[in-house]
Amino acid sequence: MSLDINIKITDRNGVTHDVVAPTDMAMNLMEVIRSYELAEEGTIGICGGMAMCASCQCYVKSDHELPEMSDDEDAMLAEAFHVEDNSRLGCQIQMTSEIDGLEVVLAPES
Amino acid sequence: MITTDILIIGAGPTGLFTVFEAGLLKLKCHLIDALPQPGGQCSEIYPKKPIYDIPAYPEILAGDLTDKLIEQTKQFKPGFTLGERAETIDKQEDGTFIVRTNKGTKHHAKIVAIAGGLGSFEPRKPLIENIAKFEDKGVEYIIKEPEIYRDKKVVISGGGDSALDWAIFLSNIASEVTLIHRRNEFRGALDSVEKVQELKNLGKIRLITPAEVKGILGTDKVTGVAVEKKDEAAFIVDADHFIPLFGLSPKLGPIGNWGLEIEKNAIKVNNALDYQTNIPGVYAIGDVNTYPGKLKLILCGFHEATLMCQSAYKRIFPDKKYVMKYTTVGGVDGFDGTRKEAPKAVVKAIQ
Repeated sequence: MSLDINIKITDRNGVTHDVVAPTDMAMNLMEVIRSYELAEEGTIGICGGMAMCASCQCYVKSDHELPEMSDDEDAMLAEAFHVEDNSRLGCQIQMTSEIDGLEVVLAPES
Repeated sequence: MITTDILIIGAGPTGLFTVFEAGLLKLKCHLIDALPQPGGQCSEIYPKKPIYDIPAYPEILAGDLTDKLIEQTKQFKPGFTLGERAETIDKQEDGTFIVRTNKGTKHHAKIVAIAGGLGSFEPRKPLIENIAKFEDKGVEYIIKEPEIYRDKKVVISGGGDSALDWAIFLSNIASEVTLIHRRNEFRGALDSVEKVQELKNLGKIRLITPAEVKGILGTDKVTGVAVEKKDEAAFIVDADHFIPLFGLSPKLGPIGNWGLEIEKNAIKVNNALDYQTNIPGVYAIGDVNTYPGKLKLILCGFHEATLMCQSAYKRIFPDKKYVMKYTTVGGVDGFDGTRKEAPKAVVKAIQ
């Protein structure tokens, strides 16, 4: 059984990338985006993945059931800009087989 | 004017450890930081978060790490300019530098080491088209002098501790306090949320949720804000001051205008040699720099600080011969007159 999953990520220029992400490396979505260089360094994952900056905010377009938001993520999204009902922080979405086929759009930089 | 050998911009872990490494070389350090206390983001943002990749510490809280680093620097008596942001740099004819802060404090140093981490933490500004026009004309992102709000109409926006705390505080000073938040729920300390509820019930705070400020009205100064509330027509709230409190965001800040080579929001350095920037005598160490293979880790910042200090020594004393010594062998001579050294072994003859 493959340990990789497929994710569609639309970058801040509107370009959609089909990305293969490993599920066995404890990566989160923010780290996947960084590893594929889909957002300029310094504009994503600024806080290192602690739900403290919202630079990895993304809009979830597919109907995958994602893990419930932690208080930290919820609090950050309450303060962030460009927030929509389907906003999540990429750093809080772990790569697991359950989210195979996930489709997200990166929120604008702010 | 403050004079020093190495002026360190940024008092986070890397900046603090630089004091120790420079001290071993008898170089004096002074640190500037925009935050009111040393420690950088470790003490400001996540002091209670554990860190697991500091050598010899299987687990240490970020705040404890900075406390220990501060303790380690004390013997070298560093100076601090805190709560001020390094604003300008001027290279002197003799190759030294004068760095001024936003409050006008002048520092003269032989070497400048930028250890600015992610940058200086600046208020996150809401996306309102004309907001820049009203900055310091009724729009304030940080409350410095609460008295300016006496008997004025104040609109605060945000849903965290700052917004709640200032709404409570200003309800005793301002003639009107309106708190606007995008959600009905507030994520601040429970006490603060309850206090705001109580003040709302007493009519001392007007609460508008879920809503957002979308525009600012006025010509020379703020006279009101345009508010959009879910499922309602937009309306105007009269205001003398609009205070958006959406937390802090790291920015490179004025350092970005110093003529340094910048790549991907970080300062390019010569990592093969000594972490010097394109300006001789100005170094960049820790998370603020970039080079091929860069890893933004505290551990790497410590390494970079050590190599940078050796290079700084050679730059300050080009004619002196120097051999790196181990603290286990040479001990540590503090600038405060203290000396630490390993106890001498007792040699006994065998009869």
